[in-house]
Amino acid sequence: MVSSSKIALSAYELVEEVKVGSISVEDYIASMIERIGSMDERINAYITLNDHALEEARMIDKMVKGYSNDNGSYATKSLLGVPLAVKDNISTQGIRTTCASRMLEDYVPLYDATVVKRLKGAGAIVIGKTNMDEFGMGSTTEFSAFGATHNPWVYERVAGGSSGGSAAALAACMASIALGSDTGGSVRCPASFCSIYGLKPTYGLLSRYGLISYANSLECIGLMARSVLDLALMLKVAAGSDMQNDHTSIDANSSISLDLESMNHDLKGMRFATIREIVESEGTDEPVRDSMFDALSSVERLGAVVEEVSIPSLRYALASYYTIAMAEASSNLARYDGVRYGYTAQPDGVAWNEFYSKIRSNFGSEVKRRIMLGTYVLSSGYYGRYYMKAQKARALIRDEMLKVLNHYNAIMLPTMPILPPRIGERISDPLRLYMVDICTVIANLAGIPALSIPYSMYNGLPIGVQFMARHLDEPLLLRIAYALESARGDKVRRCMI
Amino acid sequence: MTSIGNSDARVRIGLEIHCQLTALRSKLFCTCPADYRGKEPNTNVCPVCLGMPGTLPLLNRRAIEYAMMLALVLNCKIPSRITFYRKNYFYPDLPKNFQITQYNAYEQASVGVDGVVELDDLDGSSKTIRIRRLQLEEDPGRLAYDGSIDRSNYALVDYNRAGVALVEIVSEPDFNAPNEVRLFLNRLASILEHLGICNPALEGAVRCDANVSIGEQARVEIKNINSFKDVERAVTFEITRQRSLAARGIEIRGETRHWDDARRITVQARAKEEEEDYRYFPEPDIPSIVISSKDVEAIKASMPELPHARVERFVNVYSLSRDTAKILVGEKHLADLFEASIKYYDNARSVANWIVTDLKGYLERYDDGGGDGSSSSSNSVILAKVTPKHIAELAMLVDSGKINRATARQILQRVIATGMLPSAIVQSINVDMLSNKDELASIVDKVIEEERKAFMDALSNEKALNYLLGKVMRYSNGRADPKLVLSMLKERVIGTSKTGQ
Repeated sequence: MVSSSKIALSAYELVEEVKVGSISVEDYIASMIERIGSMDERINAYITLNDHALEEARMIDKMVKGYSNDNGSYATKSLLGVPLAVKDNISTQGIRTTCASRMLEDYVPLYDATVVKRLKGAGAIVIGKTNMDEFGMGSTTEFSAFGATHNPWVYERVAGGSSGGSAAALAACMASIALGSDTGGSVRCPASFCSIYGLKPTYGLLSRYGLISYANSLECIGLMARSVLDLALMLKVAAGSDMQNDHTSIDANSSISLDLESMNHDLKGMRFATIREIVESEGTDEPVRDSMFDALSSVERLGAVVEEVSIPSLRYALASYYTIAMAEASSNLARYDGVRYGYTAQPDGVAWNEFYSKIRSNFGSEVKRRIMLGTYVLSSGYYGRYYMKAQKARALIRDEMLKVLNHYNAIMLPTMPILPPRIGERISDPLRLYMVDICTVIANLAGIPALSIPYSMYNGLPIGVQFMARHLDEPLLLRIAYALESARGDKVRRCMI
Repeated sequence: MTSIGNSDARVRIGLEIHCQLTALRSKLFCTCPADYRGKEPNTNVCPVCLGMPGTLPLLNRRAIEYAMMLALVLNCKIPSRITFYRKNYFYPDLPKNFQITQYNAYEQASVGVDGVVELDDLDGSSKTIRIRRLQLEEDPGRLAYDGSIDRSNYALVDYNRAGVALVEIVSEPDFNAPNEVRLFLNRLASILEHLGICNPALEGAVRCDANVSIGEQARVEIKNINSFKDVERAVTFEITRQRSLAARGIEIRGETRHWDDARRITVQARAKEEEEDYRYFPEPDIPSIVISSKDVEAIKASMPELPHARVERFVNVYSLSRDTAKILVGEKHLADLFEASIKYYDNARSVANWIVTDLKGYLERYDDGGGDGSSSSSNSVILAKVTPKHIAELAMLVDSGKINRATARQILQRVIATGMLPSAIVQSINVDMLSNKDELASIVDKVIEEERKAFMDALSNEKALNYLLGKVMRYSNGRADPKLVLSMLKERVIGTSKTGQ
């Protein structure tokens, strides 16, 4: 078995050891599975574990020992043997993919999502599928048919959502890297609440093929890790178009150059903007604001200049975001009807519409709420009043954000305006719950990349800081994170070991 | 009183036509073969066209090009941005419970808008049919019932067809008579064949809905018309139905009716409880396609010769009459057969006449109750056997006086039965024309002997003369030269009347 200090290794460190043969992947995966066995009953990060993980680990060990005839190609695999947690709305061939919903409780995909395929190709091992808000609809991972995920740092608090299982798994060292999805902050929110990194890439940079749709025009697969270098490794592997399956991804693999060697430890010459409407908002908790100001002085010490700007259209952001997301969701989730896959029932003697009602009553309450609201805003006569107006607001917000980014390298914000709430605290009031997405949805509306960086702790509760950059400027976000990571050193804990 | 067939300004008919792009190799949004026909149910499918979770559509570029070609031929404008929309409704044949289609209520987003088609071959007059829009969309799957839809206890779903590219053409209600509808659809079938984008002969490749209204009365939709040929019948029936209701003072209800092709009537579809709301919105998984004038020019340049130009060429190059040329071009396979046949025998007019009168006449006799307007499957079997060489030889044999037309028609039947070349058939059965007066005289005498009464009638009745001619032809196995026989019969009749026998 592998010692607990090794379990907390960064992916890039782990890969080094695997390649020189100082760590057996089989031992490593076995230790991690054992750790999950002892910890996850309390945390509930995983819905399903991969039965074949150990088998895959043995294959890699054979490669490294030269027992298989792969001609040493393992040496080029940048994620060799790395345990990967995958959010349960990202398709994995042969491993059930539930979206944390009763509707897909037994659904096993026939194919791997493109991003999963790419990470596996680089040697990563899917260790399991992680808990989430049903179909990604929530900010706390409480709306799951498989129960809430608990925050590993403070057990009675939420892990954030909707990719709460992936974030909790990383913080508790039950995986080395993780995939989430981000429709309005679903990667960054739990990253912030669990003190890890969460990157929402430029819309279209990662293929969405295999990501089970909630709100297509907003969502991306997001990357989660405990170190900046791991994030960079993942991005390098995952980015790029998949023209065979997916017209909506960008062929930008070559344009993103990640020269980690030459990354600076300072931010000299950088200009960042904060947004007055958010920093001054009453909805922002005092400790969060304090942490934000502390982060501000940190980047200034690293040589950056920070100025405050105003983006008046931000007051339309939440309304615009939720209108569009719910409209798209109402259509995307129509396919779960019990005819082809997923939850079904005996159809004998039941008329179509009756059958559909019966089957579809198995959605959770939040999903039902969003389907109904989405159906309403698309109804004839209301399209112009809601959906079209929301799209206009979205265009306005995007334009204002891009205008700011014409003058500044990045926008700097808290990730979440609040500290991680207690389990059950927010879930009963949907409107209050929707409000906490204000700092994150704007990146999805604009399609720009955004990164949540673990920054501080307040009474043991993690607080993150968020940066947003121009389209395809992920390298800049990584550089900022790298400089902060170096500057903060041991002041930030990113895992519990 | 107005007859049904005539144009009546009070009658307004509009069409909604669906054409599958059968020439495409793959479906509209995935790589499954577009040709689903004859396959085991649910074998021509993949995660994308089954709407499995997480799959995304990948637009077939050629489908856009084909649809643009058709839009250009129908004189549509091509918008500078083409956008797909989702049409949301629950139905088991729809894998995603929405259909990816196009929608013009919020912007001009479909492949073509505002087209016009001139119907210039109406008897003596012409008229303009406006095309409201031409759009590209995905075909749903198919439901199979245990017997009739009303009695069946269950429905089975076959998704083999789901996702096949479909072009929908919507006309304004500019037709005033069923025959105008027929002319338009024939024209369209010929265009589809000439563009090579859709084979209308394939079962289900073309489908049509029609709407019919008279004067200020409500509009009635007729759905489920599965062949172009039946559209004229359905519309004719519906006009008669509405007129007879009106004559009895019964109000015509706005409703959807189905065409029952077995009984050849329209029947009321199950009434909908409420107006369906499709909640259209732009498909977020397919970015809008920007079309430049350069793109349009490139499509134009890539288009094959169209029916109109082909008619002109046949008239100018081969000196065919305009009518003959139009009949040939009206069914592309006939025009193709013509052009191939004249390579073997360069008397173009003779070859054309052979195809237009004899071959086409033969095909039509075998096409009673056939599926569609252009050619039935039995016709395609026949046409596969009749090669250009066959046609050329038949025309040549008749022109050279070796056989008469009647014999040639019989040979055509043998050609179809055996695939043998006409010259070989002539040799094998000795069908050279009988024009020897002495040989014929014995047959003529025999017939007069047997048909004494008819012969006496012939003194005063021309028809009886034709009856006798028919019998002589039969006895000679069709080899007799009919002109010669007729003159011989007349001689006998005149001789008889002179002698007063």
